Amino acid sequence: MTLAALGIDVGSTATKLVGVTAAGDIAWRRLAPTAPRIEAQAEALLAEARAQPGGERAPTVATGYGRKLVASATRALTEITCHARGVYRRTGRAGTLVDIGGQDSKVILIGAQGQVLHFVMNDKCAAGTGRFLEVTAGRLQLPVAEMGDMARAATAEVPISSTCTVFAESEIVSLLARGTPVEHVVRGLHRALVHRVTSLVRSLGPRPPYFLSGGVAHNAAVAAFLGEALGAPVERAEEPQLMGAYGAALSALEP
Amino acid sequence: MSSLGALRFHASVSLLGRAALRLDRLRTEHKLARMKSAGPHLGPPLMTSGWLKELISRHYLTGRYVRGVRKVAWVTSGAPVEHLKALGYYLMYPENHGAVCGIRRWGERQCLAAEDAGYSRDLCSYARTDFGTVLSGQTPVGRLPPPDLLVCCNNICQTVLYWYQVLAHHFQVPLVLIDTPFLYTEARPHMLAFVRKQIDAAVEVAERTAGRSLAPARLEEVMRLSHEAIGLWLKIMQTGRNRPAPITAFDEFIHMAPIVEMRGEESTVAYYRALLAELEERTRRGVGALQAERKRLLWDNLPIWYRLRPLSESLAARGVALVASTYTNAWGELVERIDPTRPLDSMAEVYLHPILNRGTGHKLATMARMLKEYQADGVLLHSDRSCKPYSVGQMDQQRRLAGELGAPALLLDADHNDPRAYSEEQAENRLQAFLEVLGA
Repeated sequence: MTLAALGIDVGSTATKLVGVTAAGDIAWRRLAPTAPRIEAQAEALLAEARAQPGGERAPTVATGYGRKLVASATRALTEITCHARGVYRRTGRAGTLVDIGGQDSKVILIGAQGQVLHFVMNDKCAAGTGRFLEVTAGRLQLPVAEMGDMARAATAEVPISSTCTVFAESEIVSLLARGTPVEHVVRGLHRALVHRVTSLVRSLGPRPPYFLSGGVAHNAAVAAFLGEALGAPVERAEEPQLMGAYGAALSALEP
Repeated sequence: MSSLGALRFHASVSLLGRAALRLDRLRTEHKLARMKSAGPHLGPPLMTSGWLKELISRHYLTGRYVRGVRKVAWVTSGAPVEHLKALGYYLMYPENHGAVCGIRRWGERQCLAAEDAGYSRDLCSYARTDFGTVLSGQTPVGRLPPPDLLVCCNNICQTVLYWYQVLAHHFQVPLVLIDTPFLYTEARPHMLAFVRKQIDAAVEVAERTAGRSLAPARLEEVMRLSHEAIGLWLKIMQTGRNRPAPITAFDEFIHMAPIVEMRGEESTVAYYRALLAELEERTRRGVGALQAERKRLLWDNLPIWYRLRPLSESLAARGVALVASTYTNAWGELVERIDPTRPLDSMAEVYLHPILNRGTGHKLATMARMLKEYQADGVLLHSDRSCKPYSVGQMDQQRRLAGELGAPALLLDADHNDPRAYSEEQAENRLQAFLEVLGA
């Protein structure tokens, strides 16, 4: 398929690249952990995309924290606009989008025409983000990808009272030292993360339906617990981690 | 007054200082006249900026040599000062000095000096900047004159009560406290009487410290000059209602210094007359503060002093003009409450009514009115870690602005003087996303 536009999302954890057809369907995708040399990595990934049919002339929109470092991009947009665009294209509905990325979480109110009405973000704190799970997984010596299933399977949970990632880590150490089963701790950690995100959602007022995007959306426990807390189901976007890059590519299609 | 001190004052300030500052102003004006724009996306610089620089420099130069020549009072930004002016006091505003430190990137080091002495990082960064200055003796303006009198009014916050007690303890000088009851709704007669009584008592202490009596005619004169300057300041801000706006709130943050610390002076009135004339001329010629104004925003709360320039540039690059702010407006909106023929009663009324001494509903109503008058497309709410009274209620205000008033509003987390509480990347990201929502 011929690529008509490219979108690159340089996030704090992963760099995502999506190529779309003129009809706006994803035709090509790449995902790589973000390297310290952002510019070189972005250009290498883009070179690969531009080697695809149509890719050479495809306009490119960059998003994510590293968006300003993508020298060959036609334009740069924030993740807020891009995630909303990507998810709206997939769902076609107004609602509340919760995007939990590697270092921040955002709640975006999407209007009937797919426009961003309002948004809030976590402030200077990693406790409601993917980093919270990464740090605690490291402490528990568990692969991040398995944490969600472990949390859902656990039969009990311990409350994690610390609202700070660093203090939560010390709290885990104390809990383990007291003999608390790891699964109970993991379930408690997920609950703590969801609490943080829920208060962000509530600050915008309850506006279902709810959608979830960003890397953390791969974690089934987060979606399930968030749905419980909000009293309404939370739909996980397909390929949630790519929604920012997808929205960027869709924006690049526009004149 | 010692004759040596007086001689030094007149030589350094009245003769050499004034001449040097005038020369510097001429040089600045010459430079400004040759500048096409104040920045890559900004309009031409304001020519009166040279005059402003002269006024502020003269104020601090006077302060440097004033000890022993005139009595010195340190006052909070919302304190009644007309009686002090009339008694010949030199006034030092630690908050204004704090802003100077912030702009010159001295905020962090002053805060650290205070924290080293045990003051909590959670304390207001103006208070910490002041304590840091007092304890270290270091300031970008040379030297601050120690106070003979402290005047503290809690119409802006409660922190000042403890802040000024620390100063009183340190300098061992009298502290006058003027307690203004919080106005949840309207001011009642007994509240006005209560404040008036305290102003009378404050006058007595000021007279005793100065060793002279307050001359009623001189007080009326100061009040008249205050009134005139405040009226001019309001008109200056109101030129921002034009499209394009000839002045932005960023300019006002700088040009507001005289209305705060030099009210009641002839030179302040003359300066604001010139600034107003310049802005009216800009309006006639259709010259904007930005090269291309596309969107207009309202600012709420104190400025982020150490990021004024980058923020101004970043907004200007997107064609966004900050056409007004509730903060600068606070020094103009009370003009109608001043009656120079009833100076002490007027003072009681004016100093009861600052925006920070009134309920959050009043602030929302002020923003709603300003949005309309200035035809603004949205609001930037600076959630200031150091100014709780100004920041409280902003989340509700944001919701109501966006809801019933249809004005998108962004909460920007920062601190007016402590750069450590400001995260550049996060703030910039939020701001850009907000501008995308606005279509800027």
